[in-house]
Amino acid sequence: MELHDVWFVLIAVLWIGYFFLEGFDFGVGILTKLLARDRVEKRVLINTIGPVWDGNEVWLLTAGGATFAAFPEWYATLFSGFYLPLLIILVCLIVRGVAFEYRAKRPEENWQRNWEQAIFWTSLIPAFLWGVAFGNIVRGVKIDADMEFVGTFWELLNPYALLGGLVTLTLFTFHGAVFASLKTVGDIRGRARSLAFKLGLVTAVLALGFLIWTQIDTGDSWSLAAMLIAVVSLVGAIGAIKAGREGWSFALSGVTITAAVAMLFLALFPDVMPSSLDPEWSLTVTNASSSPYTLKIMTWCAAIATPLVLLYQSWTYWVFRKRIGTQHIADAH
Amino acid sequence: MDLALAPETLARWQFGITTVYHFLFVPLTISLAALTAGLQTAWVRTENEKYLRATKFWGKLFLINIAMGVVTGIVQEFQFGMNWSDYSRFVGDIFGAPLAFEALIAFFFESTFIGLWIFGWDKLPKRIHLACIWMVSIGTILSAYFILAANSWMQHPVGYRINEERGRAELTDFWQVLTQNTALTQFFHTMTAAFLVGGAFMVGISAFHLARKKHIPVMRTSLRLGLITLIIAGLGTAISGDLLGKVMFKQQPMKMAAAEALWDGEAPAPFSIFAYGDVDKGHNKVAIEIPGLLSFLANDDFTSYVPGINDINKAEQEKFGPGDYRPNIPVAYWGFRWMIGFGMASLTIGMLGLWLTRKKFMLAPGLRTGEDEVPNLVLFKRKALSPRLGKWYWIVALWTMAFPLIANSWGWIFTEMGRQPWVVYGVLRTRDAVSPGTTTGEVLTSMIVFTALYAVLAVIEVKLLVKYIKAGPPELTENDLNPPTKIGGDSRDPDRPMAFSY
Repeated sequence: MELHDVWFVLIAVLWIGYFFLEGFDFGVGILTKLLARDRVEKRVLINTIGPVWDGNEVWLLTAGGATFAAFPEWYATLFSGFYLPLLIILVCLIVRGVAFEYRAKRPEENWQRNWEQAIFWTSLIPAFLWGVAFGNIVRGVKIDADMEFVGTFWELLNPYALLGGLVTLTLFTFHGAVFASLKTVGDIRGRARSLAFKLGLVTAVLALGFLIWTQIDTGDSWSLAAMLIAVVSLVGAIGAIKAGREGWSFALSGVTITAAVAMLFLALFPDVMPSSLDPEWSLTVTNASSSPYTLKIMTWCAAIATPLVLLYQSWTYWVFRKRIGTQHIADAH
Repeated sequence: MDLALAPETLARWQFGITTVYHFLFVPLTISLAALTAGLQTAWVRTENEKYLRATKFWGKLFLINIAMGVVTGIVQEFQFGMNWSDYSRFVGDIFGAPLAFEALIAFFFESTFIGLWIFGWDKLPKRIHLACIWMVSIGTILSAYFILAANSWMQHPVGYRINEERGRAELTDFWQVLTQNTALTQFFHTMTAAFLVGGAFMVGISAFHLARKKHIPVMRTSLRLGLITLIIAGLGTAISGDLLGKVMFKQQPMKMAAAEALWDGEAPAPFSIFAYGDVDKGHNKVAIEIPGLLSFLANDDFTSYVPGINDINKAEQEKFGPGDYRPNIPVAYWGFRWMIGFGMASLTIGMLGLWLTRKKFMLAPGLRTGEDEVPNLVLFKRKALSPRLGKWYWIVALWTMAFPLIANSWGWIFTEMGRQPWVVYGVLRTRDAVSPGTTTGEVLTSMIVFTALYAVLAVIEVKLLVKYIKAGPPELTENDLNPPTKIGGDSRDPDRPMAFSY
């Protein structure tokens, strides 16, 4: 296994980390509309992710920075090519971050309602668009001999990619509902569970369709194995939430995300961005990667920093392990 | 294509707008994190409640500010790929590494520990809670270091080779990229400039309250902390600026000649106070100068030779082929002056303030004030300023808040525009760095969207800051004074509302 293969795996790990973590906080953002019955319940939900959403989002920045360093060509083609979808995602993430921080900083009802609307939409749109983006990456887009994206925005909205978008949207919402059941107390907890069950069923149907489509199109035996893990763990997660085993359900929905993302990367390998025009023009782990020297330095950095990050981020979850209910939300705005 | 709408022009405008805007929040974040941490340390050590109130007050303003810094920073991580894909392809092997280091080491630090700090008042014992804000502060400083190392490589590329086969620059010595003198002096200069912003911010807001005789103990302490920060940072900025200038005279003589509108080389070379010239003809029509000073700034020698714009342009044409290697001279010249002028003005106002509000030194006993009194503004030993002049000092101090921000912005505009036409000096031209595939429509769309969004957010942010500035430090509650002793919070009352909630 050469260093660029290691970095392919590490980029996959960063995206897994991002979707696992921000997946549930996108989900919780979406649930503020689907699950909360009143303003206080909305706040309960928002506060379950309050201390952690920012740290979760850094997994995306790190995925971006690491792709830049390890696969500059991939970084260049992907983000100049998927220009408008990325712009929409960036705008959403900007507004979303401000919404969390500023919502409670004024007592006016209008102010708070506007930011609550913002939290819902800016969670929903990226949750959908990331699936669309990954669908397109796996399926292949029009890339010319100079590694330039020559397709159009509308071509990115093809059925396969749109299905991918629905899968991430529902999967993250399901993951978020399970997280909400695990982190709340009182009436909302029970409703989170039963909503999670229903969302789980919808997710299962869509995910099964998308993963099988992927497997038929670009899969191999490794991706098949990952797909089976994803499917089994999703079924397990749905069963566990039905049985009221919230912790198990959350762990299993996490495994589902991990295995599903792993499957997409396995289906990609050794390409990082296949060209639909000519396989010769595809970006691969070799022709898109940095020099061995850069990869070596990056490997050292990742080998030391990543375990530390996991350690102190886990510690954060432990510090804020207590469930939150309506009684914990202070009255003052 | 019409030059005004050329993708290069648009991409540059977009980078300029989003980055200058981002950097309005960055220096305040860096300095307020450390200053808030300092105040909280004082609280933990002395248990004097004024420090806790100060921590809560400045901490809140810090959070309103950092939220904007964080979200506008997201764009920076992706913008290189979006608008500058050829740049990314050409230098990603080198430039990507410090960015990835920044994310892996600094961003995770900052974002995780800020969550712990914001929500941790009733979840963490007070020393651990204090450690969290220090972690945030360390994160902000590390972040600055890595991104400045990356920028310094664009100013002065080192530790790389050109791989002809792959058509790109490749890293050969990362250590050199991290420790070259450009990176170290630029880091020194940017950090001191950041604390200039934070010091002036504290001075301005404290002055606002003290002029109204409100929240006196907290604001008195804050004023002093702000003034000392402002002065140390101001002196540091001057020293580091001088060092960085000397480095730049060697590494990018064109930038420094442009900064002085020095068209033709001279020995000794004068420092320009005011110049108005003709860029096309390459000379100044009006020039007011201090003889020899530029030679000293460049080489520590009042008589040495400093090459001019026309000389360097000719030399670069011989080296890199035909073309115009001059940056926008008026922008470089005035940018340099606004930077120094506004930076040093804030230092002067700070020094004046520290003298006027001194506690005992050269101060008649009758004019000394207690901890809960507004300090008298005393110019001479026995003579306080008249109330009218005193009022003016507080007003000037309030407006000084803006000065270091203006200086920071112009500093960056100067150093980035002064490097043109290069994006990586001597290695890659800006016009060769833009994304060839993106359309004018796309770049224009994103520029309009970001500019409009940022304008709206600026209004929201400033209004929030003003609201919380006017509100003053909060009253302390029972829970504030009895922090938990166990990690995760005390179990005394499981239904107690959270100390902080969104």
